[in-house]
Amino acid sequence: MNSILEISGLRKSYGPLEVIKGVDLAMKPGEVVSIIGSSGSGKTTLLRCINLLEEFQGGDIRIDGQLIGYKTSNGKRVALPERERAKNRALTGMAFQQFNLFPHMTALGNVTLGLRKTRGMAKDEAVAVAEKWLERVGMSQRKNHYPIQLSGGQQQRVAIARAIAMNPKLMLFDEVTSALDPELVNEVLNVIQDLANDGMTMLLVTHEMRFAYQVSSKVIFMEHGVIAEEGDPKEMFHNPKSQRLAEFLGKSKFQ
Amino acid sequence: MNYSFDFVPIWRNFDTLLYGLGIGLSLAALSILIGVVIGGVVAFGLVSKNKPTAWIAGLYVSFIRNIPILLVIFFMFFALPQLGIRFSKITSFVAALSIYAGANLAEVFRGGLQAIPKGMTEAGMAVGLRPMQIRLSIIIPLMLRSTLPSMGNAFISLFKDTSLAAAIAVPELTYYARKINVESFRIIETWIVTSLLYVAATFTIASLLRLFEARLAIKR
Ligand SMILES: Nc1ncnc2c1ncn2[C@@H]1O[C@H](COP(=O)(O)OP(=O)(O)OP(=O)(O)O)[C@@H](O)[C@H]1O
Ligand SMILES: [Mg+2]
Repeated sequence: MNSILEISGLRKSYGPLEVIKGVDLAMKPGEVVSIIGSSGSGKTTLLRCINLLEEFQGGDIRIDGQLIGYKTSNGKRVALPERERAKNRALTGMAFQQFNLFPHMTALGNVTLGLRKTRGMAKDEAVAVAEKWLERVGMSQRKNHYPIQLSGGQQQRVAIARAIAMNPKLMLFDEVTSALDPELVNEVLNVIQDLANDGMTMLLVTHEMRFAYQVSSKVIFMEHGVIAEEGDPKEMFHNPKSQRLAEFLGKSKFQ
Repeated sequence: MNYSFDFVPIWRNFDTLLYGLGIGLSLAALSILIGVVIGGVVAFGLVSKNKPTAWIAGLYVSFIRNIPILLVIFFMFFALPQLGIRFSKITSFVAALSIYAGANLAEVFRGGLQAIPKGMTEAGMAVGLRPMQIRLSIIIPLMLRSTLPSMGNAFISLFKDTSLAAAIAVPELTYYARKINVESFRIIETWIVTSLLYVAATFTIASLLRLFEARLAIKR
C-alpha cells in the first residue's frame, strides 16, 4: 500500500536555532501515530511543517504521493506559490491546542467556510456536509451557537469537525486536550478514538499517555528535534529501549 | 442683563436648520464610508512586511493626522484648482473629510489587526484558504468588530467636523445657522438651538451604536 505521509530528511530552523534535525517518517492509510516527547523537542513544529504553517529548510514531505510546499527547479529548491501551498494545506486537517474557532461565525459557519471557499461547494451541499460532521462529534444540537457560547470541549469538537469535514488525507492533532478542564478531556478523546476506529489516518501529539497507548498503531518519541525511538505502543511503553524514554515515561507517570 | 429672548425667527427657519443637519449627517456618513475603505487599505499597508508599502502608509497617516483638518479642506478646495484639478464644493469637502478620517481609522484598524491572534490566520490556512480569502472572511470582519466603538467615535467627531464645511460655503447646519444670524440678529438663540441640534444628533448616533454593539456582543 502507498504511504499517506512520507517525510524524509526534514530539517527546520528558526533563525540560527535548528529545531527539526533530520526526521524521517512514513504513515500508511488508517495508521494512527502518536508523537510524545518533552517540551521543546519539536513535536508542534513537525506538525506545523506537515501542514505548511512553517517553512522548512531541508528534506521532503509527501502527502498521498504529492510533494508539498517546495519544488526543485534547475537543481534549486524553491517555495511553491501561495496558491499551490493553500491547496497543499487542504490535503491535511489540523486541530489546534487553542481550538482557533472563528468567533464571528457559528459552529456551522466555522465548518462550512472551508467547504465553500476551498472545496467550492454550494451552500446547501456545504451545510449538509457540515451538519453530518457536527452530528458525528455530537454538536448538532448547538450548530447555531457561537464559539463563546460553547465550552472548551465543545469548541474543540467543532474545530475537529471543521478540519475533518474537508476530507483530508491525514488529520493532525496538536495536544488538543491540553487547554481543557480535566472533566472535558474525555469527550474530545472519544471523538478522536471514534475517528480512529473509522480508519482515519491520524498523527497526534499528546501528553495523554494512556490515550496514546490505547489509540496508536505506532508511537514516536521525539528528543531535541529527532525521532529518538519509535515502535509498537506496547513495546515502547512497557520495554523502552533508551534511558531517555524510560525517564520520560517515568515522569509522565505511565504505569 | 436685560436681554429678551426671541426664538420666533429660529422656529420660522427650523426646517432649514433640520435640512442643514441632514446634509451634515449625510456628508459625515459618506465620508466615514470612504474613510473606512481608505483606513482599511492603509492599515494593511501599515502592518505590511513590504518595507516601502509600510513606509508610504506610515507617511500618509502621520502627515494627515498632524495637520489641522481645515488645512486639508482648504487644500482640496483652493489649492488643487491651481493645479488644474477642480471639484465641486461638496466633492472637495467629502474628499478632505474622507482622507482625514482614513488616516485616523488606519491607526485604529492597525491596532485592531495587531490584536487578532495568529491562530485565526492559521486556522484559515489550515482549511486551505488563500491569503485574500483569509483577509476577507476572517481578518476584516474581526477587525471591524473589535474597532466598532472607535469607528462610532470617529463618525461622531466627523459629524462635528462637518461644521467646517461652512468655511467653504457648503450649506449644512452651521452654514444655515450663520445665515439665520445674519438675517434675524437672534445670535444667542440661533446658537443655542443649533448646539442642541448637534447634541441631539450625536446623542442619538451614540445610542444607536451602543445598541448595535450590544447586539453584536451577544454573538461574540
Ligand atoms: N516561532 C518560533 N520562533 C523561534 N523558536 C521557536 C518558535 N516556535 C518554537 N520554537 C522553538 O522550537 C523548539 C521546538 O518547539 P515546539 O513548539 O515544536 O516544541 P514541542 O515539542 O511542541 O513542545 P511542547 O510540548 O511544549 O508543546 C523549541 O525550542 C522552541 O522554543
Ligand atoms: Mg507543542
